[in-house]
Amino acid sequence: MLRGILLGEADRILTLYSPWRGKVRAVARGVRRPTSRLGGHVEPLIHGSYLLARGQELDVVTQGETIHSFPRLRDDLGSIGGGLYAAELIYHSTSEGVENYPLFRLLLDTLMRLDGEGSVELALRYFELHLLGHLGYRPQLGRCVACQGALPPTVNFFTASGGGVLCPSCHPPESSVRRLSLNALKTLRFFQEKDWAQASRLKVSPPLMAEIKGALREFILYHLERELKSTLFMDLVGGHGSAASGATVLRPAHGR
Amino acid sequence: MNNPVTTAAPVGRLIQEFHKLPGIGPKSAQRLTYYLLRAPVEEARSLAQAILDMKERVVLCSICQNVTDSDPCLICRRGDRDGGQICVVEEPLDILALERTGEYKGRYHVLHGVISPLSGIGPEALKVKELLARLRDGLVREVIMATNPNLEGEATAMYLQRLIAPLGIKVTRLARGLPVGGDLEYADEMTLARALQGRQEV
Ligand SMILES: [Zn+2]
Ligand SMILES: [Zn+2]
Repeated sequence: MLRGILLGEADRILTLYSPWRGKVRAVARGVRRPTSRLGGHVEPLIHGSYLLARGQELDVVTQGETIHSFPRLRDDLGSIGGGLYAAELIYHSTSEGVENYPLFRLLLDTLMRLDGEGSVELALRYFELHLLGHLGYRPQLGRCVACQGALPPTVNFFTASGGGVLCPSCHPPESSVRRLSLNALKTLRFFQEKDWAQASRLKVSPPLMAEIKGALREFILYHLERELKSTLFMDLVGGHGSAASGATVLRPAHGR
Repeated sequence: MNNPVTTAAPVGRLIQEFHKLPGIGPKSAQRLTYYLLRAPVEEARSLAQAILDMKERVVLCSICQNVTDSDPCLICRRGDRDGGQICVVEEPLDILALERTGEYKGRYHVLHGVISPLSGIGPEALKVKELLARLRDGLVREVIMATNPNLEGEATAMYLQRLIAPLGIKVTRLARGLPVGGDLEYADEMTLARALQGRQEV
């Protein structure tokens, strides 16, 4: 379940992401009442099993059961932010009724990881990189996207419009393309090629994580062609219990 | 919405105004409009005046942010309400629900919404600054989080708890458990787990 939008007095329009039908919208009736049988099963970031009946405009959820509610994720602001960010990315990057099982699997695995002990940031970078792959925008990290030559072991450049990394000789000197350190390139490659068991053991320093995060976010925004609302919340609550003391967080964020 | 050309313009306009209201579909908007068309003019005038009075005379209480026609509101003015407890709710209607129980003797604070990450609604859009300002006088002992028991309500409560905890004030959360009249078989695992955690000796 990706999100629910209020409809009338007590109903919600749900957006689900399913293994075989991709993104699905359906209406759940009466779920805001405390005695609703569906209520707790149709919250955002619930992995559940739902029975839908064909409706006139929208399908109607007739039964629902939680498979996994990710209770530890729900107890941590950083993990909630991460989970909602993952859900928002899937929501905006997919179309209704288009099956993409690997993407479903990636989302589910990511929620499991956010429900675990590990680093939220690491899980999200892994998610972003593999999401791009499953959507057909896999960043080319092995060779220069312009000359197809091997990348020298130095600072290279990361271009969202070019689809990957530019070597220093292909990079126009005056342009504003993002610089990519050798460590960042190596980390991105490692994430792209290895499975999560290996990737999750990687120790990434905060500055390096910030560099990778910036590069991937630029890449994602370029393909999504929109800002993501949940990033404001993630910036607000920071990582695990960090940041956020009174006055500083109360300033309006970019006049929204 | 398609109004037949035979509909008089003022009728069509009222239908459209009703249709803008939450929970009112095109059919209900038409039904309300035709009801008023047949009703005596006094009834229509009284409705119009009630709407205008509500907009012109109702303000937000400068203390608790509840809607009121006198500032401070009735609850904030009453001497028998415990100023050491503040119950934080999402909407003014939540106060009505809690007051109906007759169980609570403290004061309230209305946030006028919840933090909603997917809608881009952050704390700056809510009455959070006003809540923190009320906690500075050192008289408040306990802040009770009564936001809705869903993801956004929980996230808002957790966020406020993070802001309030450093002030040395106790933060509590309404207990979450099984609804009266509900059925154990249909309870979701979160509700059941919390009902178990919050069980009481009988
Ligand atoms: Zn090159
Ligand atoms: Zn008041």
